[in-house]
Amino acid sequence: MNLWFRQLIVLSAACLFCALSGCRTDEVVVPVEEEPVGEIRKDSPVKGFYLLNEGNMGSNKCSLDYYSYLTGIYSRNIYSERNPNVVKELGDVGNDLQIHNGRLYAVINCSHKVEVMDVATGIRVGQIDVPNCRYIRFNGDRGYISSYVGPVQINPSAPKGMVYEFDTETLAVTRTVTVGYQPEEMEIVGNRLYVANSGGYRAPDYDYTVSVIDLKDFRQVRQIPVAVNLHRVRKDNLNRLWVTSRGNRADIPSRIYLLEQTGANGEYEVSRRIDVPCSNLALTDSRLYYIATEWSDRTQSNEVSYGVIDLATCTPLSESFIADGTESEIAVPYGIAVHPETGDIFVTDAKNYVSSGTLYCFSATGRCKWKVRTGDIPAAIAFDLKTDELTHEAE
Amino acid sequence: MARCCRRRWLLCCLLGAGSLVQAVAVEPVDSVALPEVMVTAKRPNEEVIPVQRLSGKDLERLNSNSVADALRYFSGVQVKDYGGVGGIKTVNIRSMGTNHTGVVYDGVALGNAQNGQIDLGQFSLDNVEAISLYNGQKSEILQPARDFGNAGSVYMQTRVPVFEEGRNYNARATMRFGSFDLFNPSALVELQLSERVNASLSGEWLTSSGKYKFRYKRVNPAGEVAYDTTAVRQNGDIDAMRLELNLNGTFDGGEWHLKGYHYNSERGIPGAIVNHVWRRGERQWDNNSFVQGSYRRALGRFTTLFNAKYAFYRTHYVNNDERQVAVDNLYRQRELYFSTANRFRILPQWMVGLSYDFQWNSLETDIRDFHRPDRYTNLLAVATSLNFDVVKFQGSLLATFIRDRVEGDEQVRSQSRLTPAAYVSLMPFSWLRALEFRAFVKQSFRMPTFNDLYYADMGNSKLNPERVTQYNVGVLLDRSFTHGFVRSYRFSTDAYLNFVTDKIVAYPKGQQFRWTMLNLGKVRIKGIDVAGEITVSPASRLDVTLRGQYTFQQAIDVTNPADSYYRDQIPYIPRHSGSAIVNVVWRDWGLNYSFIYVGERYNQQENIIYNHTQPWYTSDISLSRDFKVRNVSLRALVEINNLLNQDYDVIANYPMPKRNFRVTLTVGI
Repeated sequence: MNLWFRQLIVLSAACLFCALSGCRTDEVVVPVEEEPVGEIRKDSPVKGFYLLNEGNMGSNKCSLDYYSYLTGIYSRNIYSERNPNVVKELGDVGNDLQIHNGRLYAVINCSHKVEVMDVATGIRVGQIDVPNCRYIRFNGDRGYISSYVGPVQINPSAPKGMVYEFDTETLAVTRTVTVGYQPEEMEIVGNRLYVANSGGYRAPDYDYTVSVIDLKDFRQVRQIPVAVNLHRVRKDNLNRLWVTSRGNRADIPSRIYLLEQTGANGEYEVSRRIDVPCSNLALTDSRLYYIATEWSDRTQSNEVSYGVIDLATCTPLSESFIADGTESEIAVPYGIAVHPETGDIFVTDAKNYVSSGTLYCFSATGRCKWKVRTGDIPAAIAFDLKTDELTHEAE
Repeated sequence: MARCCRRRWLLCCLLGAGSLVQAVAVEPVDSVALPEVMVTAKRPNEEVIPVQRLSGKDLERLNSNSVADALRYFSGVQVKDYGGVGGIKTVNIRSMGTNHTGVVYDGVALGNAQNGQIDLGQFSLDNVEAISLYNGQKSEILQPARDFGNAGSVYMQTRVPVFEEGRNYNARATMRFGSFDLFNPSALVELQLSERVNASLSGEWLTSSGKYKFRYKRVNPAGEVAYDTTAVRQNGDIDAMRLELNLNGTFDGGEWHLKGYHYNSERGIPGAIVNHVWRRGERQWDNNSFVQGSYRRALGRFTTLFNAKYAFYRTHYVNNDERQVAVDNLYRQRELYFSTANRFRILPQWMVGLSYDFQWNSLETDIRDFHRPDRYTNLLAVATSLNFDVVKFQGSLLATFIRDRVEGDEQVRSQSRLTPAAYVSLMPFSWLRALEFRAFVKQSFRMPTFNDLYYADMGNSKLNPERVTQYNVGVLLDRSFTHGFVRSYRFSTDAYLNFVTDKIVAYPKGQQFRWTMLNLGKVRIKGIDVAGEITVSPASRLDVTLRGQYTFQQAIDVTNPADSYYRDQIPYIPRHSGSAIVNVVWRDWGLNYSFIYVGERYNQQENIIYNHTQPWYTSDISLSRDFKVRNVSLRALVEINNLLNQDYDVIANYPMPKRNFRVTLTVGI
């Protein structure tokens, strides 16, 4: 009888051991993965670029990748290894990435902060706490961050958004201004800040205006009516503003609008509507590259387009800037950027939003030069230039 | 005759433990007072369908807050646990998905037409007498048509009053308190109203701050600490009240039951812990009520069972995190259900059954563009069973007809499906009746939920049902003895192959973060469940029970070879998982040790290092003592959970509590 019992104990101990062989270990800081891509440009003014992966909401998987034209190596997930002491890593849902005066700014939407890093090393310098922050732009020694969160009002379900101004030296917030509902991208022309308001939290009563902020006394001086659910605003080298509307997801489609200084006192007004949908865009001196993804209820699939608008004529040039058929590989084009020197076009594929994306590099003639795996939802690209004077904001 | 064994003695009776309330001695898994029924000792092999069961004392001794906690001890089951007393807990049987799991409470299925998920954390073990888990359907042909339809089913059975000779009441009061400021009093009163009618009233109040310490730690590859932070979980408080009234009656050749159930809670939803966010502002109020009744009658060789239910669920969800979009939504769900099930014994070995169910579900919300959907479900099932000495067979065919309507839309959407199931068990050796071989094949499906179909911008009304095909083979050895060192042992193993097709997955729609639901996924699941249990009696009044179970699952995504996660293990399904329980009962003392192991998993589709989630394993221990003071029985139970203080996440970024305690005091008269 005791033999039985002993056998039992041995048996259960063996079972326990089997189970324990798959033990927990100390969780190691998220490691960098390096992948040789091969395109080396040692003499280029562009040393490389950073790419911000958004990560799905709640996953805390916002990550930063870097491509070096000096080594031809693509490094995934560099933030944690460079900043191992930051609790819970880079954060939840990245939204924008910009380089300004030797610093890299990553807007982390659901971590309610802008992470500030040194461009050369990727090492954290500090952070700016801004609730529900969306995009960041710069003007000299001041930075501007758009935020969905405004002052608490009588109707708290629809608060207006704000723009936060901060000092790029101290990273302290200096002033705030209330703008329209759920502001997105911003652009600075002269002494004015132009903010595209979406009103996304108020669907179907979307906002439809661009807020004009006077930077001197930091107040909203007027709102330019454009179209519902605005998202992007970029200036070209003629200081014209290209504004995109996401539409109302029902009968009003996504469109691109051109704003020119044709109003009284040279105020911006809508001068043209380009009848193509647009989810993201990138500007060069002569061209506007755009991508669009629109859901079709009829085919139960996304209809994707890759287009070019000639800035001289303001009309779409050709049907697609991809010429070699690579578009069939791309599920959901998400981010777009143009290499400031070569004119190469970068397009990111966010796939199903919950798996690794892909970054494609196309030559200006539309041939796929290379592609590489990224983190989840690759979105924004910031080029790392050799000289600060050449700092170029691209996305 | 095999059908006789509708009542069985609990295994715990064999343990000889002093029972607190004597009424737990009979396990009414399918309690009937039919003339043909005899109370017999537990006989193995009566189930054609693989079943796992925890009941009575076994259930009491486990360190479990809720039904979900207890289900962790079953093989083939993964419990999704968002942590804490109030955190959502759902079960996934054999990796087929939560929505394929049927949950039946005292004979009538619980439903949630809105999202298809039943939060088993809301069901306390306080008055639950037995939990059974069936792969496929219950081994029974006299059951509602709906019960033939799930891929896997959990049956919860509340206590049925049993009165000692000369008594006409039982009463019990329980007080639980412990970590997270837990305060959980409950009471149960059972009354014998007449010779054939009894009643029970059970009430419970649960409150907890949900505040617990959790820790996140990372090290450098060199082993130095990169960060090590301990924080307190916020906004995980709960305040819940449950009230349940049961009336049970018997008459010549039959019985009836009536139940009223009310659950009312307010809770915080603690949310994911991500960088710079340690507190969120989501809150939820649940108000769930239902009344259900059943009537069963035998007329010679014919038996009929009638069930009816009306349920009203009200959920109020608020997000008042000032940093996010403000949400304040009210959902109202209603369900009306009738079922008639009938069984006819053609020959002593051959029975046939016919069931018909009608079900109506509706959902009202104040969300814009979420118009009021209605669903009418008609189910018709035919079933048959054949029982011979050597072989037993059960087959069923379920026809489901579903019609959906949306307010303001003339269009009616119809779906109909035919799903068969066949079970066979074989006891080839007359000299070893305890050895049984079994196999089944079953098809089932789950309807897209109202959220899948109609939720504002995300729903897709063109969805088809998600389908599952299961194949299972297994072996069972089950013996018990009245004398000797080994009192009982049971060992079973099953191997299975499941296919999930037309899996409903969220798919990016258009620009930005818009999603829609599509029938896109395909999953192939290969698994092995092993379970064993042995009770030994090394000395007088000393019983030792060992239970163990192990699950291997390869559940891979086979949707599209072009996907980066093609043939990768699907999220949150470990390849290896298992549990072990050691239970020692000596005189009035009881000691229970339980160990749960869940192997490494991936928290997203791709099996890459960035999605890797560490294994977790917890040890829970409890010590109980029963006292008897005159006619009053007393019981004290002290539990320590997560004894080794492991810091783990079941779901990534949802930290679980460190070591925690609970004390339970029970008084019974």
